[in-house]
This record gives sequence, structure tokens and C-alpha cells, in this order.
Amino acid sequence: MRNRNSWLVVIVLLIIFSLWIDLSKNVVIYNPFNNTPIVDRSVDVKLGLDLRGGLQALLEADVPADTTITAEELNNAKNILQNRANALGVSEITMQTAGDRRIVAEFPGVTNPEEVVATLKQTALLEFVDMGTTPIPAGTTIKTDFGVTSPAAPADPAATPTDPAAAPVETVYHTVMTGAGLQTASVTRSSAGAYQIAFVLKSDASGTFAEYTTSHTKQILAIVLDKIVISTPTIESPITSGNGVITGKFTQDEAQTLAVQLRSGALPIPIKVVESRTVGATLGEESIRKSVLAGIIGLSVVVLFMAFNYQLPGLIADLALICYALFSLMLFKMIPVTLTLPGIAGFILSVGMAVDANVLIFERLKEELRAGRNLRQAIDLAWSRAWPSIRDSNTSTLITCAILFIFGNTFGASMVKGFSVTLALGVLLSLFTAIIVTRTFLHTVLDRIKLTDHPRWFGL
Amino acid sequence: MNIVKNRYVYFLISLLVIIPGIVFMGLNWQQTKVGPLKLGVDFRGGSLLEVQFAGTRPSTEEIAKIYSDFSTSDQPLADPIVQSLGADSFSIRSKTMTDETKGLIIAEMETRFKSKATVLNFTSVSASVGAEVTRAAGFAILAAAAAILAYIWWAFRSVEHAYRYGTAAIIAMLHDVLVVVGVEAMLGYFLGWEADALFLTALLTVIGFSVHDTIVVFDRVRENSSTLRRVEYDKMVNHSIVQTLDRSITTQLTVMFTLFALVLFGGDSIRHFVVILLIGIFSGTYSSIFNAAQILVVWENHEWTTWFKRKETVSSIS
Repeated sequence: MRNRNSWLVVIVLLIIFSLWIDLSKNVVIYNPFNNTPIVDRSVDVKLGLDLRGGLQALLEADVPADTTITAEELNNAKNILQNRANALGVSEITMQTAGDRRIVAEFPGVTNPEEVVATLKQTALLEFVDMGTTPIPAGTTIKTDFGVTSPAAPADPAATPTDPAAAPVETVYHTVMTGAGLQTASVTRSSAGAYQIAFVLKSDASGTFAEYTTSHTKQILAIVLDKIVISTPTIESPITSGNGVITGKFTQDEAQTLAVQLRSGALPIPIKVVESRTVGATLGEESIRKSVLAGIIGLSVVVLFMAFNYQLPGLIADLALICYALFSLMLFKMIPVTLTLPGIAGFILSVGMAVDANVLIFERLKEELRAGRNLRQAIDLAWSRAWPSIRDSNTSTLITCAILFIFGNTFGASMVKGFSVTLALGVLLSLFTAIIVTRTFLHTVLDRIKLTDHPRWFGL
Repeated sequence: MNIVKNRYVYFLISLLVIIPGIVFMGLNWQQTKVGPLKLGVDFRGGSLLEVQFAGTRPSTEEIAKIYSDFSTSDQPLADPIVQSLGADSFSIRSKTMTDETKGLIIAEMETRFKSKATVLNFTSVSASVGAEVTRAAGFAILAAAAAILAYIWWAFRSVEHAYRYGTAAIIAMLHDVLVVVGVEAMLGYFLGWEADALFLTALLTVIGFSVHDTIVVFDRVRENSSTLRRVEYDKMVNHSIVQTLDRSITTQLTVMFTLFALVLFGGDSIRHFVVILLIGIFSGTYSSIFNAAQILVVWENHEWTTWFKRKETVSSIS
């Protein structure tokens, strides 16, 4: 009995907590002693691209299928792409590696998917090029003696020997260093207030750079991205410490762009777009409205049906079902689960399954009551006898969810993944609400009202 | 109520749905030369563009013309499949194209038709990824079946012939897979519905639900097989089905209610998905009431020994 009452307390607290989370967009908890927030996080519903519109691109390493890509390379590529994408000014970008050679990139709400994809696709090769003393205007395409060049080049660098003789007419410039030697680059301002880019070299590159800048002072060291001249700064003094600045007549934006290009210049592996999905914002809004309506109607019909079919236990199951809806929304907001259209469908389907556990128990309850047991015995027996079938049937659904999740994860199919996550969460949560919540409520009612005289209330 | 007695009638009803489905799978295969279903871009690779026009709507021929104009040897886009979608939109299926080309095509549509063109939806999947997803989908279904078979075998280990329960549940599941794929084949044949990633999701859900339903019946068989030892096997199985019948129908109804709400109010984008779920879940309940446990009886009696002898004896067994 004590046990039941403590469950009741837990459930009531959970309901209050879930209402709080469900109704707020942002949760802030202050430390009572010094009034600083200790928890401050958004609990807004995260909508998937199919609901809010946007672009999803599946990127794949553009190397022969038998080439192994290390997790580190893929992760580095992901980080560089993330930098590149952030520079576009799109908010809430997510990038995740999927399987061992793919990256899923999601851009909620973008209206210019073409540009975004174009930015991602450039496998920019950053070079520092010896340009002697004659500057070439920015934007000119030049030739350099650096080996692997375009993304279309074969993956094996040995197969493309540098051969300046192949283009005897054009000047082939010497590449001093590539973007791989750069550690960081950021925008700073000189004492005069001009924008400049400060950079730090990796230790292995700083030696070469020191040697070169010492012997080529007052000459031009051009910054070249994908063979296009970006900027032609002059080496003012030897850079031996591994730190340097690029000065010039930059506006803030130009300096920012150049810094981004310096930082995210070279990808460790070439990347191609193998799948691209764009959903218009209007379609998304319409989908949300319609599925919310469908959810409310579906839930109401189930609530009415349960009440008519099982009378008192049905009403209690309805209460448990409402708890189920509250708790699910709380979990979706707290984890957070990104809601997609199939995700919502999975949730609505799990409402049906949540009811199933109660249906199993109540049918059993009727049987036990018909077999002449008293109400309390019948309730205990119904729960314990229905349990194996609830357990086994839900386990099989969870197995399916796990397989769907793995499938969705490997192919960046976020729709499939979303469905499996919400369905699995729904199944687990429904076990709690249908078994513990319903039972606690039923016992609470039994303790307070003498129902044993009213078998009709149990559908008998 | 005796549901076990007429088992061959119920098997026949299942076959009446499954066989036409298989015929249409064959017809689709013959037509597309790819597989038993009309496959969407998710599995086949290619591009699907849904575009809405604010002003006058161009003709399908005019749209196809633009695609042909942008067709190159690298990106053959000629002869796309253009279908009207509602009053002001089109869905256009073509070979795989890049986002860049899509941008150019949209811009060209706007200049040529002098009407604002809004992209509702654009999906582009390269053929190699499509093929890989198809393989993985087949693998996902097999893996799900194997995992569930193993689980049931383990969960029923205390009962005699535990593997029979797992196998019968898998046969009932295959029944539902065949019904769903068969219906999809018919819908594809007559209405041009294409199987996409959501179809696969629906199919896997049906698999999960089918087994879920079957296990509830088997669980009762498991329980009764220890309490009703003296009763004949087929009577005991029938009793188990009847005992769980109310629950099967009630659960079926609640799931149907929510799914019907989704079909009626849930919008176009998931209608196909929900229709497939509805069919599959109906089939799942049917097979759990009328097929699954009956297979246990057929197995127990080794009835196949009499299948090709005198048919009369079959109906008199129970």
C-alpha cells in the first residue's frame, strides 16, 4: 500500500514537471544562493526539415570504393565543412557522420539550397605561392607545381607527377606550402585599426615557412584557393615564430571571408553530393497543421472508445493515456528528439500500441472477474498474467525499431530514423503508463470508493 | 466459435489476396525490368522535383521541353515524367541532377512561363546510393525476421517444439509482407505509386506489429498448454484464439482509428505511408487470428501427409 502511494506521488510530480516542460520554451533554474542560472536550456520542440523546410544533403567521400577512410579523416572533413557552412550565416546547421564514408548535412530553413551545396562541394585547395615581385590581380587562374589538384584527379598522387614541361608556355608558380600547414587563422585589427588576418602555423610547417620567408623578404607570397588568386600580400619580414599576420586593404567582411578560407581551405578527402533533399517551408507548415489535427482527432476517438468499451477502467486508462501524451512531449523536448513527419506518425501509432497493453490487461481482468475472483485478486492476476504477452510483443516491436534505426543512421535517412526513435520511445513509455500509472490510479480509486458492489463499472 | 476447424478456408482467403499481388509484382517486373514494385528515387536513384506556379500553369510538354534543353551527356534529363499535382503544381521525375542544374531549371521556368515557381520538394539521389539503399533494405527486413525468430524461440523455450512458434510467427509475418508488397504492386501498376523510404518504414512497422499480434495469441497458447494438458491440441489452440479475440479486435480498432485520422486529416505527404500501414495492420490482425496458430495445428498433426491424398479427410480432422 505504501508502495502504491509513493508511486502516486512520483506520478503526480512527473505530471507537474512534464506540464512545466511542455508549456515552456526555455528552462532556467537559478541557484538560490547567488541568483546565477545553473540550468539554462531551450526546450523548444525541434522540428525536422520536412516540417520546417530546408535542405538535407548526403555527402560521400569521392574516392574509389576500396579506399579506406579513417574515422579521423571523415571527422576532420566534417568539421571543415561545418566551418564552411557556418560562414554562410545559416543557423542551426547540423552535420553528422553516417556510416564510414558519408556525412549528413542539414540546413533548416535555407532558401538558397543551390548556393549552400555549391559552398559545400568546393574541395578547396589552399596554396601559398611564390609569385616573385610581380603581383597578379585577385581572381586570376594560375598554374602551380603542387601535385594533386582538382577533385576529379585520381586518388593516387603518384599517378600524377608534377610536370611543368606539360605547359611550357604558361608560368608555373611554385607552391611553398598548402593549407594543411595552417593551424588557425582569425581576424584581428592592427594598431592603426585596419583589419588583418592573424595566422598560426603547425609546428612542422613553420620551419619551411621560416626558411622561405627569410630568403624571399619583400617578395609576394600569393594566397591561392583552387588555383584562383585570392590575395597577394608581400612578405614584410621573415616569419620564424610560426605566427604571422596578413595585412592589406581589407574590409571586415573580406577579412572574415579570407580567414574562413584559410581555416577551412583543404579537406582531407574530396567530397561529392550523393543525395539532396529540399522541402519548401509552405509544405512543412501545412504538414504540421494537418498532423497535429490528425493526432488530436485520433487520440480523442481512442479516448472515447476506451471509455465506452471498458467503463471505469477505460476512463482510468484514458487518464494514463493523457499522461502518456504529456510525458512523451516532455521527453521529445528534453532529449531533444527532432520531430519529422514520420516521427509524428510513429508517435500517433504508438498511442494505439500504448492502449494495447491496457486492452490486454482489461480483457484479462474481465476474464478473471468472470471466473469468480474478487476485484482485488482479479486486478493483481490480470496484471501479472498479461505481463508476459505485453513484454514479448513489445520486445519484438523494439527489435524492429533498432533495425530501422541502424538502417536510417547508415544512410542518413533521418525520416526512417525519426520514426524508429519516436516509436521506440513510445513503446517504452507506454509500458510505464499502461502498467504502473493505470494500476496506481485504479488502486487509488478503489481505496476511496467502494466499487466492489458495482461490477457493471468493470464492463461485466 | 471454432476458428481452427475452418483453417483451410482462411488460408484460401489469404491466398486470394496474395496470389493476385504476386501476379502484379510479375507484371511490374516485366514493365520496369527492375523489380516487383515501382521504385521511387530513394531506391532507384534519380531526381524528383515538385514545383508550384503562382500564375498560369504551363503544360506538361512545356516543362519536359525545359528539361530536354538542359540535358547534357553528363546529366541526361530528356524525357522526364511530368505529372500534375493539385491545381497549380507539378511533380517531375528525371535522372539524377545536381542542385545547381535544378536552380537553373527553376530560373528558366520563371522566365519562360512568366510565373513565380516555388520548389515544394526536391529529392535527388545518385543511382549508386539508390542501389545500396535497396540492398540494405532487403537486408534490414531479413535481419528483423531473423532477430524476431530468435527472440520468440527463446521466449517460448519452456514449451515443447519452441521453434515451431517462431517459425509460425515468421510465416504469418511473411504473409503480411506479401500482402503489403502485393497491394503496393497493384497500386503501383494502376496508380503509379512508387515505393520510397517511407514505404520501407511502413513495411518494417507492419512486420513489428504482425509479430506483436501473433505473440499475444501464442502467449495464450503457451499458458493454456500447461493448464489444459488433457484437451486436444486443436481445441486448446482454438480456445486460446477465442480468448484473445476481444483483445485482438479492440487493439485493431484503436490502431485503425488513429490511422484513419491520419489518412483523412494527415495531408498528402504521408497518405501513401499511412494507407500501407492500414493495409498491413489489418493483414497483421487477420494473420494472427486466422493463420498463425492454425499453422501450429497443421504442424502438430503433420497434415501435409494428407494434403495430396483424399481432401475429405482434412476437413474431418478437427
